[in-house]
Amino acid sequence: MSLTAKDKETVKAFWAKVAPKAEDIGQDALSRMLVVYPQTKTYFAHWKDLSPGSAPVKKHGATVMGGVADAVAKIDDLTSGLLNLSELHAFTLRVDPANFKILAHNILVVFAIRLPNDFTPEVHVAVDKFLAAVARALSEKYR
Amino acid sequence: MVEWTEQERSIITSIFSNLDYDDVGPKALVRCLIVYPWTQRYFASFGNLYNADAIKTNPNIQAHGTRVLHGLDRAVKNMDNIKGTYAELSVLHSEKLHVDPDNFKLLADCLTIVIAAKMGSGFTPEMQATFQKFLAVVVSALGRQYH
Repeated sequence: MSLTAKDKETVKAFWAKVAPKAEDIGQDALSRMLVVYPQTKTYFAHWKDLSPGSAPVKKHGATVMGGVADAVAKIDDLTSGLLNLSELHAFTLRVDPANFKILAHNILVVFAIRLPNDFTPEVHVAVDKFLAAVARALSEKYR
Repeated sequence: MVEWTEQERSIITSIFSNLDYDDVGPKALVRCLIVYPWTQRYFASFGNLYNADAIKTNPNIQAHGTRVLHGLDRAVKNMDNIKGTYAELSVLHSEKLHVDPDNFKLLADCLTIVIAAKMGSGFTPEMQATFQKFLAVVVSALGRQYH
């Protein structure tokens, strides 16, 4: 299920609409993940405040979306493009890769909320494939 | 035994009472068939599913989407016994329709996204959590009678 040329075009075009709201979307997606999938809170025990829209959640949501933006720019070779991030997640953060799917789902939900007319089924499938490809690239260095 | 708080019950009934079943049902099914194309395997007799536009305008898919959403109604009205309510439907999906139960989650995710698009920011994280809990119980009940 690798990205076709059409998938990449669709993702880039959609990202142009996402970009101005990216930080806000990131914050919302992360907030939702922590509420809807409480087991994900275990990775953030060092934060003072895990509630939706809190300062650490806002900051980290922006960081995550910055990573996704980077992935969009490197969409033609995610594996080498995201090498450093993969090493970070594999050796330092050690996030169980099952959680990439969980966060991706919440990002899609927020896309649907913020861009209901743009997030058509055709865009949805391309973006879903893209986020899965990003997850695969992030898992590269795990073992 | 699944426990529901008063708030969760009221969230579920509120979401469903504000739904246009004829709109949301077909939208969710259409999205599922486009985003997860292998699910089309269960609809070979439905006619043209050749591309996204064909799927979106297929009258059999429209009708079926509505039917599926009305099926969810039964769970809304029997939240304290979703397992029992869906026993027969589970047998049907297993023995007659031969649907891989992993597909139930795919449709559930598409339904969540369609509802999110409809409700916008009114679909708060708490509502999302409750709605996904509800769908998880439904999905589990539908897979219960498989053997």
